[in-house]
Amino acid sequence: MTTQSEAIAADLEAIRANYSLTDEQRQIVDHVDRVSREVLHPLQARMDEEEWWPEDLFKQMGELGLLGITAPEELGGSGQDEFTQALVSEVISKWNPAVGLSHGAHDNLCLNNLLRNGSEEQVKKYVPGLCSGELVGALGLTEPGAGSDALGSMATTARRDGDDYVINGSKIYITNGPIADVILLYAKTDKSKGAKGISAFIIETDNPGFKVAQKLDKMGFRGSPTGELVFEDCRVPASAMVGEENTGVSVVMSGLDLERAMVASVCVGMAERALELGLEYAKIREQFGKPIASFQMMQSKLAEIYIEVETARAFGYRALAACTGLPKGAGGRGEIHKLTAAACLYAGEAFNKAVTEACHIHGGSGYMQDTEINRLFRANKLLEIGAGTSEVRKIIIAEELLRA
Amino acid sequence: MNKQLRNDTALPTHFMTEEQQALADQAGKFFMSEFHHLNAEMDDTDDLPPSVFPKLGEMGYLGLNVPPEFGGAGLDFTSACIITEQLSRSSAAIGLTHVAHDNLCVNNIYRNASDDLRHKYLPGLCDGTLIGALGLTEPGAGSDALGSMRTTAKKDGDDYILNGSKIYITNGPIADLVLVYAKTSPEKGAKGISAFIVETDTPGFKVAQKLNKMGFRGSPTGELVFEDCRVPAKNMVGKLDGGVAVTMSGLDLERAIVCFNAMGIAQRALDISIDYAKTRQQFGKPIASFQMVQAMLADMYTQIEAARSLSLRTAAMCEGLEEGEGGRGEIHKLTAAAIYKAAEATSFVLDKAVQIHGGSGYMRDTEVNRLYRTGRVLEVGAGTQEVRKLIISGELLKN
Repeated sequence: MTTQSEAIAADLEAIRANYSLTDEQRQIVDHVDRVSREVLHPLQARMDEEEWWPEDLFKQMGELGLLGITAPEELGGSGQDEFTQALVSEVISKWNPAVGLSHGAHDNLCLNNLLRNGSEEQVKKYVPGLCSGELVGALGLTEPGAGSDALGSMATTARRDGDDYVINGSKIYITNGPIADVILLYAKTDKSKGAKGISAFIIETDNPGFKVAQKLDKMGFRGSPTGELVFEDCRVPASAMVGEENTGVSVVMSGLDLERAMVASVCVGMAERALELGLEYAKIREQFGKPIASFQMMQSKLAEIYIEVETARAFGYRALAACTGLPKGAGGRGEIHKLTAAACLYAGEAFNKAVTEACHIHGGSGYMQDTEINRLFRANKLLEIGAGTSEVRKIIIAEELLRA
Repeated sequence: MNKQLRNDTALPTHFMTEEQQALADQAGKFFMSEFHHLNAEMDDTDDLPPSVFPKLGEMGYLGLNVPPEFGGAGLDFTSACIITEQLSRSSAAIGLTHVAHDNLCVNNIYRNASDDLRHKYLPGLCDGTLIGALGLTEPGAGSDALGSMRTTAKKDGDDYILNGSKIYITNGPIADLVLVYAKTSPEKGAKGISAFIVETDTPGFKVAQKLNKMGFRGSPTGELVFEDCRVPAKNMVGKLDGGVAVTMSGLDLERAIVCFNAMGIAQRALDISIDYAKTRQQFGKPIASFQMVQAMLADMYTQIEAARSLSLRTAAMCEGLEEGEGGRGEIHKLTAAAIYKAAEATSFVLDKAVQIHGGSGYMRDTEVNRLYRTGRVLEVGAGTQEVRKLIISGELLKN
């Protein structure tokens, strides 16, 4: 690290300090920052080039204490709240967005959802492995025909057969799908009830009826494996159901509020990195005989990136604070639903603006695929699409605004 | 009304306490019932009703950050900010006049003046019998306010003699006293500026003109002229040639609190746009049922809550800012960012609010049009957006 970066880091430190993080949160953030910089950052280039996921990375993350942030300590977790989990996501994503994405899908979408909604037995069975990294988790909601209308158009079914359910259908764009050991899956248990006929299951991927149809080739976040999953007469015991039958919608919606608040943090981490890279480059790069940072048009861009980062952070943290301690089954409606959708919408757009400007500051070099800023730039569009598109986020907000 | 959202009270800066929220609710109700109905006439006449200051004083809304021993309300900075938002929501013009009085003048005097000056002026400023203003900008000194300042204060015995002029001064035409910046050592540039309290009945002080603004009408704005205006030396606020510290630290707080003037305006614009979208029918149904209108409302809400989050956080960071602190470092950068965002968000929201109101929003005598006309100056006053970005990039590139 150059002294310049250290100075910036000290600055960011000061900003964080003013959010009154607890000592414990600060220690966790410092630890995650150090290991992410040392262990995860150097993996970026090869992961991006080859869509490569380092085989033991989840186990390694488990050893480094990056998994099971919200899980109780007796099950191998860190026993922290979701706010802290988001701080961890933010820092990992800053140093390696692809790992951040996989980490979020594992730790929040799968593990935390299971913790919030699973039976004691399910939690005991899966959470320790998910915390150590022996098991990799994923969540399966989106389908080829069910994107924004994920619940209404869901075609995957789970039919009761004796003591089992038999699942048929397919899921697409599933982060960690190709490497997952367990998948939290949504399927229709009662097609006649529409969105109210959905249930959640936990599926082990060594089930003979489960198949990874393809690993998908993404523009950004490369290395984080994304796949299409197929279920053909996939038979699971009734005990694999998470929550009660036909209540999947509340599991989804409450989980999605948290997920959106988390996605805001991922955006903040990545936008912060874009600012750092933009600043470093603007100070070093000389044109017309002086650093380009001395030109007002560059200064304007840097200032605007900073404004976006800090606005998204303030909004994201506020939304997260509102989510923290949210009771099981709460969320998916009202103020919190609107606020998390807005924080996520804002953060996605803020990251878009920040990374576009930071890439622009890099000039021709920013257009080259093998630069860090270009990898960040290619990561951009997903944050306005995943976890509900910007349009879905707006629909949620408008509905809540117009309800009263 | 933005309801407080917090499940974990152990998280202290996210970002309002229940007491602060209760204070905002109470203030909001009072301001709506007392001031909202004045807006149309204020916009027409560009005059401030004389009842406003006494009413604010009587209800304890003047001297928000001044301790009770000087007649103030003794509130924390965040409380002053959220009261400002509520006032601005009910009347943007009264909100502007109030912030110029209470933050720019009164709070600056409290933070920087001698005890004698505090005892002499603060009680009247806090009960509404005295109206305050601040004079920094000049015809030739806008963004370069310090460097290009031409107003001078020359020592003469126990007095200073002020010469020069100040422009775009909120409350200038009605002020009883003005906190004025002038060059005491012109050869020292920005480091030769001092601050003075000038009573406006002093010979040599004149309101050259009341200016005719596009928006915020009813909050009187003026050009002030000082012609051999003799002010006692003891009316100097802070140290000789120490004006730049007073200005810059004051400007940080000004930027932080003006965010909430913007938030009040933006919130009101959203509220009336939601009402309009629900009642206005086209193609046989309320326009709120169309996705393009829904997207505008959602974007407005998102911009407001994003800006509000940063503003609240910034206010929390201004809490307990020591006298003379600010004007540099983290707080300087953050306040500039918060006001930039609040102004940008408000301009966006106002534009969409008029769009939702269609033709009626273009009519001058509608509330949304009055709000729309305020928007522009939020990106200009208290440092233009460009000056704000210069501050931020200056701090970012300092290392």
